[in-house]
Amino acid sequence: MIPELGQIALLLALAAALLQSLPPLLGALRGRPDWMALARPAAGLQSAAVIIAFALLTASFVRNDFSVLYVAQNSNSALPLVYRIAGVWGGHEGSLLMWLLMLCLWTLAVARFSRGLPEVFITRVLAVMGLISAGFLLFMLLTSNPFERLLPAAFDGRDLNPLLQDPGMVGHPPTLYMGYVGFSVAFAFAVSALIGGELDATWARWTRPWTTAAWIFLTLGIAMGSLWAYYELGWGGWWFWDPVENASFMPWLAGTALIHSLAVTEKRNGFRAWTVLLAILAFSLSLMGTFLVRSGVLSSVHAFATDPRRGLFILAFLVLVIGSSLTLFAWRAAKVGLGQRFAVVSRESTLLANNLLLVVTTGAVLLGTLYPLFLDALGLGKISVGPPYFDQIFALLMTPLVVLMGLGPLMRWKGDTVPALAQRLRWAALASVLATAASTVSAGLFSPWAVIGQALAWWILWTVGADLAAWRGQFARIPRATLGMWLAHLGVAAFIAGVTVVKSAERETDVKMRPGDTTTLAGWQFRLDRIGPVPGPNYEAMRAELTATRDGHAPVHLAPEKRIYRVQTNPMTEAAIDPGLTRDLYVSLGEPLPDGAWTFRVQMKPLVDWIWGGCVLMALGGLLAATDRRYRRR
Amino acid sequence: MMKKYLLLIPLSLFLLLAAFLGRGLGLDPREVPSPLIGKPAPAFDAPSLDDPAQHISPAQLKGRVWILNVYASWCVACQDEHPVLTEWARLHPGTPLIGLDYKDERPAAQTWLGRLGNPYTRSVFDADGRIGVDWGVYGVPETFVIDKTGVIRLKHIGPLTPEVLRTRIEPLLQRLALGA
Repeated sequence: MIPELGQIALLLALAAALLQSLPPLLGALRGRPDWMALARPAAGLQSAAVIIAFALLTASFVRNDFSVLYVAQNSNSALPLVYRIAGVWGGHEGSLLMWLLMLCLWTLAVARFSRGLPEVFITRVLAVMGLISAGFLLFMLLTSNPFERLLPAAFDGRDLNPLLQDPGMVGHPPTLYMGYVGFSVAFAFAVSALIGGELDATWARWTRPWTTAAWIFLTLGIAMGSLWAYYELGWGGWWFWDPVENASFMPWLAGTALIHSLAVTEKRNGFRAWTVLLAILAFSLSLMGTFLVRSGVLSSVHAFATDPRRGLFILAFLVLVIGSSLTLFAWRAAKVGLGQRFAVVSRESTLLANNLLLVVTTGAVLLGTLYPLFLDALGLGKISVGPPYFDQIFALLMTPLVVLMGLGPLMRWKGDTVPALAQRLRWAALASVLATAASTVSAGLFSPWAVIGQALAWWILWTVGADLAAWRGQFARIPRATLGMWLAHLGVAAFIAGVTVVKSAERETDVKMRPGDTTTLAGWQFRLDRIGPVPGPNYEAMRAELTATRDGHAPVHLAPEKRIYRVQTNPMTEAAIDPGLTRDLYVSLGEPLPDGAWTFRVQMKPLVDWIWGGCVLMALGGLLAATDRRYRRR
Repeated sequence: MMKKYLLLIPLSLFLLLAAFLGRGLGLDPREVPSPLIGKPAPAFDAPSLDDPAQHISPAQLKGRVWILNVYASWCVACQDEHPVLTEWARLHPGTPLIGLDYKDERPAAQTWLGRLGNPYTRSVFDADGRIGVDWGVYGVPETFVIDKTGVIRLKHIGPLTPEVLRTRIEPLLQRLALGA
């Protein structure tokens, strides 16, 4: 009964979504307030129906209802409750339902917190979001129904992929989707502005906090995914430039560009058409990411079931949404206009350069991700473009961006002079050179990229310091948004420091050990105390217990495992990590050898946690900026 | 004021992209004619992955029919290919299967093979990808079949599948083994 109710809820949601979009859109065009008035109640109805559908699918998981195909494919009666709930988004159909749930939450938030906006504008926003919703609902109902029955019911489920049985599965996908889908708000605002043909600083002020909010979620979501990969995949990497990672990273890059261009639109009424284009781009890339992940056109460790019908549907939807919004852009952007002029040396210029660099980086990531597909489409075969390409391009493009990150905030709007700028920057520049020299020598990291990385991190730190110093005597008057910017930029500095140091100073060794054996790495001594089998709820594990010691440190206990999950029978490496502010100790258990010894991989990763700490700082900075006084409800 | 046609650029780029995506939906890996087919295999003398002191070169394999499989630990498609290759190597121990570890890092590749199993008779370590360039490697994975006289007879781009092995590689190996 529950699955049928879920099915009905989805159909109801589709009807409500159409009601939320078509009549109000027409009403907004023709000035019919009675049609427009449908948007809010229909949005509420649609959201309620989707929330109910989601709850019903969750109930089917909790109750182990293996007569539902999707549950049978992604759960098992021995699966712990928390993973039965997380299993809801463990596969294709449920992921879509969660996508939709997030869209509804954003829609509700927009409907609730937009009372100050002109009614016709907000009606168009809700209508656009309703159209996107309707498209996804149709997609689910036609090709990916999560409530499809399996008759006769399976005796037990096939279990959730062991890779996904991790606390990361509980937080990472919802946060990531919240960010992905959040860009739909900026998109709907942009389309609404294009239809209305009016775009000004007020528009930017409405759009900014929404965009920043989505960006915060996306930042945290990506960071959580990376942290998860780091400890769960078991070999110590934290970013693989996998197509699915790229699919979430491209909207982040475009969204970051959008945040900065919105600043110009709000403060200086500039970059108007460009901001609208970026808003369309950020959400388009989110949709494209969904396409890439769901259609199976690219092979990836994240790939779910592939079905050409699904791919075709999403592609058609993509063409409809992105194509029509870009057509609208081509037709109406001239009306929106470029905005204020500015001098070559000005804060606008640095932000423009920031935007161009971010967009080019997005393009480079897109190219690298789709290059195998392009070759395939041209009949040149299937291949994989690897981290060597991405690492190089990314580092090359990010270096000037970070230099600008230091310059921009110290520049004046509209026009500035080079001597005045040099005056403001000289101490920061000098301090950066000295600090880089000191850290290079003391840490012994002399490779070119290591020196560049350190210099960039110090540069951000000292320019933020210079900016702060310019406020001396009136610290209490620093706007919250400015504090947020500093914090986010310092997050980038921490991130760069982490990446640079871990890339150039990590140590690792592969050893074979029996109980009682020891190995030494980077001043730490690791002793294998014992190794033996340990049963788990739905897996069998082999657990090794090691003690790491070093002069002047308390001994550290580490217990890496190798697990075999009973249903899907693939082995999983559960690394043991001792995290720390300055370094992580990372031990993973390898394979048994014929002579009774086991192989181990022991790693020492300095500053690796700064990578995610940096992301958290960026998100906190975003939070401060989004809650600045001028965005609070008027 | 802005030129109207400039505003059409985003739309045009997107439509081009969409066309590629549409094409991509209905595609399978396909054979590419390589200019190297029928030519002697490019020579190299490179360290082995397991032991840098040992060197591997095609000359050592003269007189035997052998396979060169290009892989890397960072390559996602290689993970799909790996079980196929492992199973095949188990059933065909007589054919040398040489791995070319392309643009990789030694420990990463060793861990990768340790984790997934090592189907290769030996692996050549091509850290900077120079051998790959000589062999005309587009991307990873790729597979070459080399005959007794050291001439490349077949190149396959993309992951090997059981079907490709059965229909293309094995018949060719049999013909080459007979000296055809």
